Amino acid sequence: MNFTLKIWRQENSKAKGRFKTYKIENISPDCSFLEMLDILNEKLIHDKIELPVDPVAFDHDCREGICGMCSLYINGHPHGPEQGTTVCQVHMRKFQDGDTIVIEPWRAKAFPIIKDLMVDRSAFDKIIQEGGYISASTGGVPDANSILVSKEYADMAMDAAACIGCGACVAACKNASAMLFVAAKVSQFALLPQGHPEAKRRVQAMVSKMDELGFGSCTNTYACEAECPKNISVEHIARMNREFLKSKLTHAEKKRIGGFG
Amino acid sequence: MTSLSKKVFVSLAGLFLITFLLLHLSINLFILPITPNHEETFRQAVHFMTTSPLIKVMEVVLFAAFIIHIFFAVTLQIENWIARPRGYKVWQKSRTDSPFSKLAIYTGIFVLIFLIIHFMNFYFVKQGWVSPPEGAYEVADKHDFYNMALNLFNNPVYCVLYIVLIIVLGFHLHHAFQAGFQSLGLNHPIYTPIIKILGWIYSILVPLGFISIPLYFLIS
Amino acid sequence: MTQLNAKIPQGSLQEKWTNYKANQKLVNPANKRKFEIIVVGTGLAGASAASALGELGFNVKVFCIQDSPRRAHSISAQGGINAAKNYPNDGDSIWRLFYDTIKGGDFRSREANVYRLAEVSNNIIDQCVAQGVPFARDYAGYLDNRSFGGAQVSRTFYARGQTGQQLLLGAYGALSKEIKRGSVKMYTRHEMLDLVIVDGIARGIITRDTITGKIERFAAHAVIIATGGYGNVYFLSTNALNCNASAIWNCYKKGAFFANPAFVQIHPTCIPVHGDYQSKLTLMSESLRNDGRIWVPKKKEDVEAIRSKKLRAVDIPENDRDYFLERRYPAFGNLVPRDVASRAAKERCDAGYGIGPTGLAVYLDFSESIRRLGRDVIESRYGNLFQMYEKIVDENPYENPMMIFPAVHYTMGGLWVDYELQSTVPGLFVAGEANFSDHGANRLGASALMQGLADGYFILPYTLQNYLADQIGVQKFETDLPEFELAEKETIEKLQRLLAIQGKYSVATLHKKLGKIMWENVGMARDEARLKQAIEAIRSLKQEFWKEVYVPGSLTGVNDELLKANRLADYLELAELIAHDALLRNESCGCHFRVEYQSEDGEALRNDEEYKYVSCWEYQGEGVEPQLHKEPLEYEFVELKSRNYKV
Repeated sequence: MNFTLKIWRQENSKAKGRFKTYKIENISPDCSFLEMLDILNEKLIHDKIELPVDPVAFDHDCREGICGMCSLYINGHPHGPEQGTTVCQVHMRKFQDGDTIVIEPWRAKAFPIIKDLMVDRSAFDKIIQEGGYISASTGGVPDANSILVSKEYADMAMDAAACIGCGACVAACKNASAMLFVAAKVSQFALLPQGHPEAKRRVQAMVSKMDELGFGSCTNTYACEAECPKNISVEHIARMNREFLKSKLTHAEKKRIGGFG
Repeated sequence: MTSLSKKVFVSLAGLFLITFLLLHLSINLFILPITPNHEETFRQAVHFMTTSPLIKVMEVVLFAAFIIHIFFAVTLQIENWIARPRGYKVWQKSRTDSPFSKLAIYTGIFVLIFLIIHFMNFYFVKQGWVSPPEGAYEVADKHDFYNMALNLFNNPVYCVLYIVLIIVLGFHLHHAFQAGFQSLGLNHPIYTPIIKILGWIYSILVPLGFISIPLYFLIS
Repeated sequence: MTQLNAKIPQGSLQEKWTNYKANQKLVNPANKRKFEIIVVGTGLAGASAASALGELGFNVKVFCIQDSPRRAHSISAQGGINAAKNYPNDGDSIWRLFYDTIKGGDFRSREANVYRLAEVSNNIIDQCVAQGVPFARDYAGYLDNRSFGGAQVSRTFYARGQTGQQLLLGAYGALSKEIKRGSVKMYTRHEMLDLVIVDGIARGIITRDTITGKIERFAAHAVIIATGGYGNVYFLSTNALNCNASAIWNCYKKGAFFANPAFVQIHPTCIPVHGDYQSKLTLMSESLRNDGRIWVPKKKEDVEAIRSKKLRAVDIPENDRDYFLERRYPAFGNLVPRDVASRAAKERCDAGYGIGPTGLAVYLDFSESIRRLGRDVIESRYGNLFQMYEKIVDENPYENPMMIFPAVHYTMGGLWVDYELQSTVPGLFVAGEANFSDHGANRLGASALMQGLADGYFILPYTLQNYLADQIGVQKFETDLPEFELAEKETIEKLQRLLAIQGKYSVATLHKKLGKIMWENVGMARDEARLKQAIEAIRSLKQEFWKEVYVPGSLTGVNDELLKANRLADYLELAELIAHDALLRNESCGCHFRVEYQSEDGEALRNDEEYKYVSCWEYQGEGVEPQLHKEPLEYEFVELKSRNYKV
């Protein structure tokens, strides 16, 4: 198969980027999208068509759809045309021979571009650091079966926990909102009894951080759900909204002085 | 204030407006000859709406709802534009992406324009700030909404404008109905699909109801 | 010559870890604040160690190569994590988990280490549940279990097909909590390039910021390496593309012994290779062998017909199918350990019964389970794996059996560590896949996650204190010591040398060549002649690399090719050590199968008389043969037997 690639090239975070066009030929339909880019980079390195040689920079790692590192916006879709799939699992057979493929980085104020198609998603880590966990210190926890979780709730929590933190939801959202990402974490812990003691603090802290980092807000277009490679549902956003409202109405943290022996 | 708090206000105010619209429509429909003494019913309803102290209070709430809804929606929208300073070359083509929600801010602007026209024609008249719309029917006083309406609907240009703007309102309502519930966190595996269906019904029937009035005048 | 001392505590097997903890030295809270610890890697072992040490009050610096600690390759583990909870009441116990692991490792691991692993396995499950890991549950709300290879009990806890992801996110959460608290400082997109040793003790590392290219120095009282395994030496493996051996290799070159490098696990259920452009192989979880049956056709003509696409798998009648694992190993059937399953598949393919376009694949068939349990049950158990298979192969595994073939997956070998997980360099600790400690010559399924978290949550927080207690009073280090300066200079020089070659081959081209040499000669079946050939071939490839590699760009800024070249330079040296170790081990054990040493029916023949030891390699300098040290393995508590999965 032959393709014309229009790829966003940007030297570094400060440089002004532009699209560059590359032709690529004889690609096997069984080749994955990232392997196709590998082939392009090999070509750039071997043939030294452009000088200085500068392979296209893109993030990738596990190449089996779980690490969440890959992040390409392809022809109007984060992770490309196949639903419920990260770009590393998209194969070229999903395209037509002769297609023009436009490859762009995630675009959001909170995800500044590092180089070409690589963006900085450390904002997600910062949101998690605000409370995307249960503060159980190591040791001193009860036997695993002393905490019962109904199968239904465990399954729903797992649905939310499947998030790979790739940022496709932000990339897809017209508002560059991180609601689906944040909601997946809030919802996972709202569904589990272990998460309840910290639930009210968690949701407020994470939402505030999300706003502070410059993500947009949710206007219920559900593009995030449509593009999520792990099919995470917007019902988790609703659950977060509910948790947030509950927390706002019933919870305010007081500063307490002393108290510990 | 966090974006989620703002959204809660937008949706609470919006859901209130949705309810109000139903009441508004049920009165408006009496402009049409749906009962033998429809004109009398309409006038009575208008009388009640303009004199009842309860309604006076609700009027304040209604204005507050409009202001809160518009203010926070616009603030959020501005923040959202800032959140993506540079857009994509290929515009987003996500599948379930509802155009109604995507365009909500724009349909909202048209609804606001409509609201201003509407105020010019009725509310400001009632307040005595502008003179009543002129036409074939003599407007007895600034509370004679029935004849004011007849004057407006006898103008085909007004009718067409009215119909177009109501359709746009329908788009806005379609987004609003279920988004309002979602923003308040009311999502449920059984009830949400029902809410979605209700949203469809509401956003089709209510605009149809409003449109039926100018349509009647255009045809007759 | 260094005397290897594994520092196994006194007492019976059951008492050793308790005794150790009772007698070890501790560091009081006020002193903990004065210590700095470096953790390299944020997989299960690294993230759990960093968070647990942060909780205790140490100052921890953590480094990872990805953009977030959550992306470490532990995330790809699918099937589950073992623990001796015995929740299903099917006869499990700490002893049985210990015994299965020792036996699964073909009696090439330390009794004391493995027993401790089994002992803390239960704490891991408790800890993870407390962290909110959504393990599978039954309708009553209790935890559910599944079976894995090499065991006759159901002791594997799982979270759909994403157990590694969920455990890692749990550890990542704990790490995030400590980052927020300020006890842990996180450095993402930093690749460790060298270890710094001051007065014989590990005191810091040299890193490169992969975005800016800046070379930096970091100092600490102790360094923990948790950078995973070295499977990517083989180019094609189930490892993530950025997994690499440079951290452990540089520690080796700085004096840490490398143990059992030849023990590389080949996982039986991977999606077969389909083209030379392929960048990696994808694993299909071992849990599939719970319900899937492995077979090839009995008749050669059926094989031909399938290869030429005249017949489909479903057209082959039951009687003409050879369920070779069930045939050869009636007691364990499809759930034999990985090395056994891989070799059996290879044996069938070598005999000409392999299917698929290349003849290098066997079937993994679910039709019987689907008939017995219904498609819904199979979908709920393995849905995501089936989906992944369909995406890659473009075939529906509910209708046609999956095609699978073995692939490099895990490395049991790694840096040598004693019972305290300390390497031969004082102050240098190694955790998770990066060390050699617990799996002997073959790892059982669902045990890698267990080991990573055991090391990080429950072992290092104790043993590290025992070490640091002797360091009280040692001031914080400055990075302007001459040792740091020298290490940084050497690192920069190596990178500059790579950039200066400007040859004609890309890194990937040469890496593929190395992969081919390794897979063909140092893969599933090894023999003396081919190992010797491999060593020659690796040496000449290494020369070619240093003459002909082409690395574009410069030291500054993003430069993936430079990273890859530097990693390949290390792989080329490590590859030789693997082959060398394989050559010297004149026996077949676990995954190390030497063709010369097999029984009449093709089973591995161990040689306990001569090879019941850990081979520990000491670096002697560039171009000098490394020195072999042997850590003898004493079996006080279990009887050495040849592994038997037949009855």
